[in-house]
Amino acid sequence: MAYTEQEILTGLAEIVNEETGLPTDSVELEKSFTDDLDIDSLSMMTIVTQAEDKFGVTIPDDEVKNLVTVGDAVRFITGAQA
Amino acid sequence: MGLLDGKTLLITGVLTNASIAFHAARLAQEEGAEVILSSFGRQAKLTQLAAKRLPRPAPVVELDVTDAEHLAGLEAAVREHTDRLDAVVHSIGFAPQSVMGGRFLEAEWPDVATAVEVSAFSLKSLAVAAAPLLSEGGSVVGLTFDARFAWPVYDWMGVAKAAFEATSRYLARDLGERNIRVNLVSAGPIKTTAARSIPGFEQMESNWSERAPLGWDSKDPEPAARAVVALCSDWFPATTGEMVHVDGGFHAMGQ
Repeated sequence: MAYTEQEILTGLAEIVNEETGLPTDSVELEKSFTDDLDIDSLSMMTIVTQAEDKFGVTIPDDEVKNLVTVGDAVRFITGAQA
Repeated sequence: MGLLDGKTLLITGVLTNASIAFHAARLAQEEGAEVILSSFGRQAKLTQLAAKRLPRPAPVVELDVTDAEHLAGLEAAVREHTDRLDAVVHSIGFAPQSVMGGRFLEAEWPDVATAVEVSAFSLKSLAVAAAPLLSEGGSVVGLTFDARFAWPVYDWMGVAKAAFEATSRYLARDLGERNIRVNLVSAGPIKTTAARSIPGFEQMESNWSERAPLGWDSKDPEPAARAVVALCSDWFPATTGEMVHVDGGFHAMGQ
């Protein structure tokens, strides 16, 4: 069963919280991973890998640079679900 | 019957499932080996996640190859999982952005020194730290990018790789009496995380697939990983100090 966008946002927020310590409610759709959440490339790779495991999707390395905001990631994962 | 049945390998440098070292670990397990990974610091989390994606779970030991305490503790850390190693895979490299990307003439020594220490001297550090565990007939395998030539944008990482390649030959000399082989795989450009960190990497891979007689797929790490596994096996018993090109044949062409 596919995850809803809200479920993906919630799951992503938990992953970001675990990786960075940021409160889950600060992980909002319009927030930029680098500019607003101060997430560096190594943390981003960790977050992406965990998101792949959690949601059962593949996020190609070439795609990661396009995931500027949390919303970009939520939309990509939503679309990538089989 | 696998190529590495009964063997135990220590594999460094698995960061994600795109790493060449990840595919070496995967193939090694498929060929019957037990695999132990190493990682350190913040990268260790990623390595742990990658380890879970291997055919069988693999333990991850802490090893920063520039940390004397880690190196001194490597034997004990590995002995928690195995009583000996048959092969060690070195897949470690780092250079500050300031010494790559086409600013060769502007580079300063402290940054170059970092590149040489992490990327070249570490082969000696790793081999010496693992030597008490390495069995007779053991194998040390490293990954290089043919440092006989000057490449676009590779700059001081290329110089560090030249030092790395020379280090492998001296190690082959000094570990030979213990029947330990030291060999390198010189892979063509592969789009790993490490490659993506090289500013202008695409200049290094341009024309590769056209010039290589066998062609070249920079998205496929498996050919390089297969060569690593082969060199870890007993099938190169009289080969040491060697650099095996896994580059589609690019290195042999004049044009």
